[in-house]
Amino acid sequence: MTRRRSIVDLSGAGRIGISRANHAPQLEQVQRRLFLRGAFSLGALGLLTGCDLQDGDAIDRVLWAMSRFNDRVQAWMFDPKRLAPTYPASAITKPFPFNAFYPEDSVPDIDGASWHLEVSGLVQDRSPWTLQRLRSLPQQAQITRHICIEGWSAIGQWSGVPFRDFLVRVGADTRARYVGFKCADRYYTSLDMATALHPQTILALDYGDQPLPPEYGFPLKLRVPTKLGFKNPKHIAALFVTNDYPGGYWEDQGYNWFSGS
Amino acid sequence: MPAEQLERRPTRWIVIHPLLVRLTHWVNAVAIVCMVMSGWGIYNASPLFGFRFPPWATLGGWLGGAIAWHLATLWLLVGNAMVYLVYGLMSGHFVRSFLPLTPGGIWRDLVRAMSLRLSHPPGTYNAVQRLTYVGVLLLGAMAVLSGLALWKPVQLQTLAALLGGYEVARRIHFLAMAGIVGFVGLHLLMVTLVPRSLWGMLIGRARVPLADPKGLR
Repeated sequence: MTRRRSIVDLSGAGRIGISRANHAPQLEQVQRRLFLRGAFSLGALGLLTGCDLQDGDAIDRVLWAMSRFNDRVQAWMFDPKRLAPTYPASAITKPFPFNAFYPEDSVPDIDGASWHLEVSGLVQDRSPWTLQRLRSLPQQAQITRHICIEGWSAIGQWSGVPFRDFLVRVGADTRARYVGFKCADRYYTSLDMATALHPQTILALDYGDQPLPPEYGFPLKLRVPTKLGFKNPKHIAALFVTNDYPGGYWEDQGYNWFSGS
Repeated sequence: MPAEQLERRPTRWIVIHPLLVRLTHWVNAVAIVCMVMSGWGIYNASPLFGFRFPPWATLGGWLGGAIAWHLATLWLLVGNAMVYLVYGLMSGHFVRSFLPLTPGGIWRDLVRAMSLRLSHPPGTYNAVQRLTYVGVLLLGAMAVLSGLALWKPVQLQTLAALLGGYEVARRIHFLAMAGIVGFVGLHLLMVTLVPRSLWGMLIGRARVPLADPKGLR
């Protein structure tokens, strides 16, 4: 996810509008599906095309198509058995950076006792999950590198339920294409099934030795070391298995959907 | 050679840049401009060093746009480079144009260049040119390899490890970019000093004295 990123009123859909703080003040307002408009105000345009492109739709469409092509290339490159490198505890980045599409004081305040995880879509068992029930499942820990789409990286330790085990337990159709996530902070994202089933993809309940603190996604975060940070949703409230492309908060604005590492 | 002399003596046209070299040169020029400008946009999202690139010099308008440009133009850059490399190796273009490349030759031509006595005959490269052209090709390879390591640090983790890991690869990628941008600056300076070389890269031909079959001194 992006640190100090500024957003963006998305068509008044009740999204949080945050003034762009210190990060990229020069950016223009980003609108869904028009994310590359900014490019065409640049002096480079004349150099690139040499013609009078008043609207960006043509190049926009080419870039979106290339991003979909890059999704397919990455799915082809993805080896379901290849593990992300792991690190010793001494390599953990301290403090691990906070990162979201809102500032730290806007982190959702969630009551763990009343929280539950909704499961829907192509699954057999749609009963909700409490924290206690998730903690009763076998847990797995990992120390891996979190890589942000912005370029920075940090090493952290997460533990929780291997997501593959969870999907099998709820009787998910693992031939379906996507797993989608909806979060308490109105974030949403989705994964390809191959990545969802990867042995290092975990429903993380702990950061280090402690339950996830609010800023790292309490009570539940998906840790996916084979994806960029923004594909690791925090404060998960619901997940669903589907064959209909669910998109994502950033993906719908133009971040590459697959964004594998 | 002064123009009036050239006009008096019999001349002929020689091919100095084959069509494929010219084509890949200009496609590469576009690709490099897009890659560097969008790369600066990506850099600005999380600067490695204590500065940002001016927004007017970036491409894409915001991080998502810059990455879209970078990962789309990547295919143009790499595809074009593959055509150029296959052609250069198969046709003998690399051997003809870049070799021999000896320390003695580089030193000799460097001294000449510094004292502004280095000739720039059409159709052949002096040792300093050979060194910089081979050097920028190696920088380009380094930029692509480190870029692949940044794009796929898990799937291509052997490559990433060879480069010293993700964070080292970021710095290598930046340095390769800096070297390429430095080359482009020098390259453009030389083109302004020897404008006929631009013409040569456009039409691929130059007029040389008939008596001098290779266009050499």
